[in-house]
Amino acid sequence: MRVALFVTCLGDTMFPDTARATVALLQRLGVEVDFPREQTCCGQMHVNTGYGHEAVPLVRRFVETFAGAELIVAPSASCVATVREEYPRLAAATGDPALSRAVAEIVPRTCELTELLVDRLGLTDVGAEFPHAVTYHPTCHSLRTLRLGDRPLRLLGAVRGLQLRELPRADECCGFGGTFAVKNADTSLAIAADKVQAILDSGAEYCVAVDSSCLMHIGGALHRRGLRPRPIHLAEVLAHTAAGAPA
Amino acid sequence: VSGPAQPFPEAARAALADEQLRRNLSHVTHTIRAKRLAAVSELPDWEALREAGRAIKAETMRHLDRHLSTLEQAVTAAGGVVHWARDGAEANRIVGDLIAAHDTTEVVKAKSLTTEEIGLNEALAERSIHAWETDLAQLIVQLSDDTPSHILVPAIHRNRTQIRDVFRDKLPGAPADLSDDPHALADAARAHLRELFLRARVGISGANFAIAETGTIAVVESEGNARMCTTLPQVLITVMGIEKVIPAWRDLEVYLQLLPRSSTAERMNPYTSLWTGVDPADGPPEFHLVLLDNGRTTALADEVGRQALHCIRCSACLNVCPVYERTGGHAYGSTYPGPIGAILTPLLTGLREGPTLPYASTLCGACYEVCPVKIDIPRVLVHLRGRVVREGAHPEPGERLAMGALARLFAHPRAYEAAQRIGARVTAPLRRRGRLITRLPGPLRGWTAGRDLPSPQPSFRDWWNRERG
Repeated sequence: MRVALFVTCLGDTMFPDTARATVALLQRLGVEVDFPREQTCCGQMHVNTGYGHEAVPLVRRFVETFAGAELIVAPSASCVATVREEYPRLAAATGDPALSRAVAEIVPRTCELTELLVDRLGLTDVGAEFPHAVTYHPTCHSLRTLRLGDRPLRLLGAVRGLQLRELPRADECCGFGGTFAVKNADTSLAIAADKVQAILDSGAEYCVAVDSSCLMHIGGALHRRGLRPRPIHLAEVLAHTAAGAPA
Repeated sequence: VSGPAQPFPEAARAALADEQLRRNLSHVTHTIRAKRLAAVSELPDWEALREAGRAIKAETMRHLDRHLSTLEQAVTAAGGVVHWARDGAEANRIVGDLIAAHDTTEVVKAKSLTTEEIGLNEALAERSIHAWETDLAQLIVQLSDDTPSHILVPAIHRNRTQIRDVFRDKLPGAPADLSDDPHALADAARAHLRELFLRARVGISGANFAIAETGTIAVVESEGNARMCTTLPQVLITVMGIEKVIPAWRDLEVYLQLLPRSSTAERMNPYTSLWTGVDPADGPPEFHLVLLDNGRTTALADEVGRQALHCIRCSACLNVCPVYERTGGHAYGSTYPGPIGAILTPLLTGLREGPTLPYASTLCGACYEVCPVKIDIPRVLVHLRGRVVREGAHPEPGERLAMGALARLFAHPRAYEAAQRIGARVTAPLRRRGRLITRLPGPLRGWTAGRDLPSPQPSFRDWWNRERG
């Protein structure tokens, strides 16, 4: 199988370790990975803040960049959700039927990392080893938009040495919300405080999720308080083997 | 409808500082959340019911004019009088004139968000007419000179000691040694309310549903006080928003299953009152129905936003909202708080009145998941944010410039790559010391108010190009 990696602007710029782990994991599983260099950002922040019009060139860029790809995979539920949910609306609003067709054609080929692993590759055991206590925070877009269900938990359940700790009130939002985190910083922080407490109550060393953006928010709140649990993307856990983290 | 007096972030800040309020809200919202889940899980056809609830409302809105005129004919044929009110002022004047014509200075009121929306009590007070609230929680709010903070539980922000104090000071006939025992509180309220119900000559209610084909009004409640209001007085005046009409009797079956389970997590609410015009043998001999627009036809004109008019006021979205749970209802500065308020209020008032409300959400989607009529609240929020930006309802020139600049950067991969390298270079000293960003300037300072931020790294693509390119 050959996939084109949509690394996302956040992954590319702020979390390259997660992106490299995604590549290492896929290659270990025998998947060939391409990285079309013309990719940038899906436009999620623009759309969700009310700048959908400004995001249209990014929709065009996405469909052009990945036009030749058999399958597009992103280690981000919210970016995949943007492509799946928002792109058809943004394309329709332009009144350009060619763009709508291109979007309709590319949406079924765009998937989130755990969808690729579980649904397309039929895997739950990816041969990972991660001897730590972890808890899993289901991000809102992974849970309620993509409906990933228990895919991430099944993948974690098969990781050697991993002790999965239950996260109290797991399905509640962490309070990130994109620009909400700065526009409504006080409320965002109040929600984060409860998520941080839930992570502490879980007794985990790591908080795992499938969105770097939510992890950046949760991790930032943990770090500010000097607390020990660390945020980590699922791709990094799954890339980790008995030999350690991939180079 | 008036929009919020304060931008949401500012109003929220005050609420967030109230530790007692946050404890109350967290406790109540989590309790009712779990109960609702249990109540809806009992029904194997819950999703089909939700879809039916959505479809009936969508069809009704498409032909609202026709259904309203059918309703008017049916109510009139059954001996009721229908009045049309363009806005709150007109509705208040109609109601005030009707009361004045009966030469009385007091009325009993069943809990009604719609009359709250138009400020009916205040308008009547200006004409020296006192409106007694008879819903227990609404009575507490009224005696406290407060405003409701939840659609279903208006006094959710008050605990029983606070309620005891208010009753002792303000409730006519309350004993001086009143305890904060819930039964004692209910007894004191009952003694006061029974006396009122028997005395008042005019009653005012809202409506949960109005059935067009028969002209029947439906009110659902828990206490029985609304039934007293709608049956004991000589004159009954019902004020309802025009979106409450449903075409037929058989449609009511769907909503009477959806509403109580979503609202109070009950299989059935204790009291459902239905009346059709007037009946010489039963109930008030005079019935008036005031049909209120007050921004609803404007909301209807918004193709994406119009689904907000499908709301049946169950408040399930409030109870699951991470924002409402922390800020409470007052922060929304409107009769309609929570996720539904964040879309409904600006749609009714116009975006200039409440431009920060569509941003008062993390877009987590929990509201959409529980909505019994499947209002896609996150989608409407994003749509309204788009309108705020396009219509310049909340001018933020800095944001507009930054968003434009970022969009242009993302449109030019080589410029984007150059910016990545600059970002990584500037923050290299921080990374060498293993430090995170602890202070950001300008509009980004909210991030570092309580969070650190990792700094930009040497990019993935530079690594890829080096290793694989």
